[in-house]
Amino acid sequence: MRAEPDGPEDRLRRFATIWSRAVFPVTSTSSTRPEFEAQLLPLARRLSELLRARAFDAAEARAVGAALVDAHCTDPEALARTLDCVDAYLVLYCGEDGDPEGLRARSARLQHAMAAGYAGALRARTLAEQEAIAQAALKAQGVVAEALHASEARFRAVFEGAAIGIGIADLEGNVLQVNDALMRMFGIADPTLGGRRATEWTHPDDAPQTWRLYDELVRGEREHYHVEKAFYRPDGTVLWTNLTVSLLRDADGTPQYQLALMEDTTERRLLNLRLRYEATHDALTGLPNRSFFFERLEKALNAGPGQRFGLCYLDLDGFKTVNDSLGHAAGDRLLVEVADRLQACATAPGEMVARLGGDEFVALTTGPDTRHEVDELAGRIMNALLAPISVDGRELTVRGSIGIVEGPAGERSPAEVLRSADITMYRAKSAGGNRFELADPEADARVITRHGLTTALPAALERGEFFIEYQPLVHLGDGSVRGAEALVRWLHPQHGVLGPDRFIPLAEHTGLIVPLGRWVLEQSVRQARAWRERYGETTAAGPLRINVNLSPCQLTHPGLVQDTVEILERAGVAPDALCLEVTESALIGADDDLLKPLRRLAEMGVDIALDDFGTGYSNLANLRRLPVSVLKLDRSFTQSMQRFPADPVDLKIVEGIVALAHSLDLAVTVEGVETGAQAEQLRILGCDTAQGWYYARPGPPDRLHDLALVDATA
Amino acid sequence: MERPAWAPRSIDISVPSVSRIYDFYLGGSHNFEVDREAARRAMEFMPGLPKVMQANRAFMRRAVRFAAAEGVDQFLDIGSGIPTFGNVHEVARGARPGSRVVYVDHDPVAVAHSEAVLAGDDDAAVVAADLLKPREILASPQVRRLIDLNRPVALLLVAILHFVEDADDPYAAVAELSDALAPGSLLVLTHASYEGIPLPAERAGGAVDVYRDIRNPLIMRSREDIARFFKGYDMVEPGLVPMPRWRPEGSPEDEDPYAFSGFAGVGRTA
Repeated sequence: MRAEPDGPEDRLRRFATIWSRAVFPVTSTSSTRPEFEAQLLPLARRLSELLRARAFDAAEARAVGAALVDAHCTDPEALARTLDCVDAYLVLYCGEDGDPEGLRARSARLQHAMAAGYAGALRARTLAEQEAIAQAALKAQGVVAEALHASEARFRAVFEGAAIGIGIADLEGNVLQVNDALMRMFGIADPTLGGRRATEWTHPDDAPQTWRLYDELVRGEREHYHVEKAFYRPDGTVLWTNLTVSLLRDADGTPQYQLALMEDTTERRLLNLRLRYEATHDALTGLPNRSFFFERLEKALNAGPGQRFGLCYLDLDGFKTVNDSLGHAAGDRLLVEVADRLQACATAPGEMVARLGGDEFVALTTGPDTRHEVDELAGRIMNALLAPISVDGRELTVRGSIGIVEGPAGERSPAEVLRSADITMYRAKSAGGNRFELADPEADARVITRHGLTTALPAALERGEFFIEYQPLVHLGDGSVRGAEALVRWLHPQHGVLGPDRFIPLAEHTGLIVPLGRWVLEQSVRQARAWRERYGETTAAGPLRINVNLSPCQLTHPGLVQDTVEILERAGVAPDALCLEVTESALIGADDDLLKPLRRLAEMGVDIALDDFGTGYSNLANLRRLPVSVLKLDRSFTQSMQRFPADPVDLKIVEGIVALAHSLDLAVTVEGVETGAQAEQLRILGCDTAQGWYYARPGPPDRLHDLALVDATA
Repeated sequence: MERPAWAPRSIDISVPSVSRIYDFYLGGSHNFEVDREAARRAMEFMPGLPKVMQANRAFMRRAVRFAAAEGVDQFLDIGSGIPTFGNVHEVARGARPGSRVVYVDHDPVAVAHSEAVLAGDDDAAVVAADLLKPREILASPQVRRLIDLNRPVALLLVAILHFVEDADDPYAAVAELSDALAPGSLLVLTHASYEGIPLPAERAGGAVDVYRDIRNPLIMRSREDIARFFKGYDMVEPGLVPMPRWRPEGSPEDEDPYAFSGFAGVGRTA
């Protein structure tokens, strides 16, 4: 639409510009002013037409007023400015050639109708928006309430359906709400739990801290605590629970409620108790078992000052025989009866009886006065075993050996105490059984040392803790050295040098004697070779020989002959340089199988000496069939010759033996020669060789060298 | 069993709401007396507050048109408040028909009202969610239905970040949202600041106190701190400026002095 300058259209636009400039500052529109003016222009045109229309159209005028509201002129100031504007400029710019009076009157009516239209529209818009926002608020509330309801319904489902008991109480302990699970646990149908307050739910087994934790929680000093707690059910039975109590605070952090979650652990606890019982009791006799006993012993040994303990360690005598002859079932019945009787012996507080296994039982007494109590206890046990036990219609006499250990708490470990008791029991047993013995530290120490040496033996051989000393064998006729006996020693790191009597029996027992014996043989043969290299194959009186002891165990070892041959060959030593000493007792009753290896060795040229002759009640006639070439008279025969004059009976015996030996073509060696008189006497009696302190104590191989030199110059 | 993040314990319309106060400043009647009372108290300190809001609306209008001109046809308006006239979907469709818009607000009343306004509109929706939980926004069915994150999106954070305290780390939330946007996306942002307010800071502080009193603290940030929200964006000309100076269509000198309170800017992701 073209607007001629100052034409009607141009004037209309100028009116709209004035109008928009007046109103724009008070609108809420986000439009720019030109945009806003563009919105007002059609309204201005309608006003212009209304001004000049033949008839006044009040409805249209009201519509223009209402349109202002649609243009977001919601501030009533916009209406005021609009009416000012219309009043001042509408007739001026849009009146054209009309009657000024009529136009003014029309303008006034227009303004009235616009104001009414604006007010009506603003009222309608306000009401609509208020309605809309109220609806929105309502709807939002509904949504939130729904969410809350859903959330609460879920919480309630958890609360009601939970397997754990849940209860809520106020800080005074008044129970406000509990769930079904909790009521089931307590076996009640009353959700108020009989109106009892939380503080009344005490039980004698409550841990000391239980109620301190409770107090801290309700005072707001603690957020939660966890305890194991027992409750009495209304029917008097006990409910055990894992109880967790939490403090609930309000939005401002003020403590408000306590929330208890409890898990019924009664069954589990019973099961635990049963499992513990089974783990700590012997299935056969029902007595406490070894682990339970150790627990109690440990407790007794850790008791405070002034506390003592007494322990009886009982082993039935000859129980194995019962088992072997009557069967295990009978043996078991016997053990059950013994267990019952023992149980009856230890009924005082602090006393207990346990079965350690097999036919081994222990009785423990504790307290300050165990010194005499333990004796009484042992006496009661011995008495309890007096009456025969009837098993399968047989009356079995049961005897036992008891080792008693008694002492103050706090000094020994359970293992030490039990070992002492065990050792002492064996002492009682080896003293004939059917008795009790009191532990003796020295006896214990001996056994313990013996045990220690036994276990240390194998390592000792590996570490080279053994060494050999040699004691010369001297020819009584000319005093020349004919050889030496090899004597093994153990240089023990703690006990010092130990003689063979201390460890050879142990080595025999464990079988270590075989490697040890082989080692001794090797060393000795090597030494023999050294001597031979130094002094020649033979001395004036014959070949130098080395005497090595053979233990009974070695004697029966299948490798004896082969080992010996190998050792000799490896050293390049002739068999006649070796003499193996075998004790008389080892050969008593020896059959041909046992003698065969010795015979083989003898055939090869190895001398066999019968050691300790005269102590083993040997059948003299038997000597003939033994592959023996030397008799070594036991020192007991020569001891009396240290005195002067010698016992004539002894002289006769020795003389007889020598005569017998010589008639069988056996040489005679005597041991334990300590004096010159003795030596002279033995020489007169016809003994061939001798050894003893008179000549030399056992010593290092070099000492023989000295003796040999002496001998050579003698 | 967590309560939905957006759902408050209850709707208490006796407590003023910032979105209804905003509506009041814009001449609307989507508000209750408590809202108007709070708005009037704030206006005692800053009588020109409605002009600030209007300037916000005007900036948003220009920014949306700018985005549409850039070819963006997806809009995510977080903190949309009470829909009144000149909403994003109206402006956007005016410039680019078929534009899709998702509004996000955590005020259940604003959300309910938006749902009523948008009823029957298949290309616009509202999500009840919190700016501080971007994952909930991005994973909402509405966003998944209407917004293709593989194409540029205009993310509108108009007059919302100044309601998030530093302790809640608004920077992290903005960064997380930004990370989800395709290259060429725009961040449209306004933020309150003491800078530019034609009043001494103490006096403007009175208005800030009103918001604190209604438990919606207004966090005034410096221009520098506001600029940090655009980390990773290239600023669109003329950068971060007072609202009337951002690509004005008329003469900024004509604007009310209050319109220059705070800052507005648009950034583009590389």
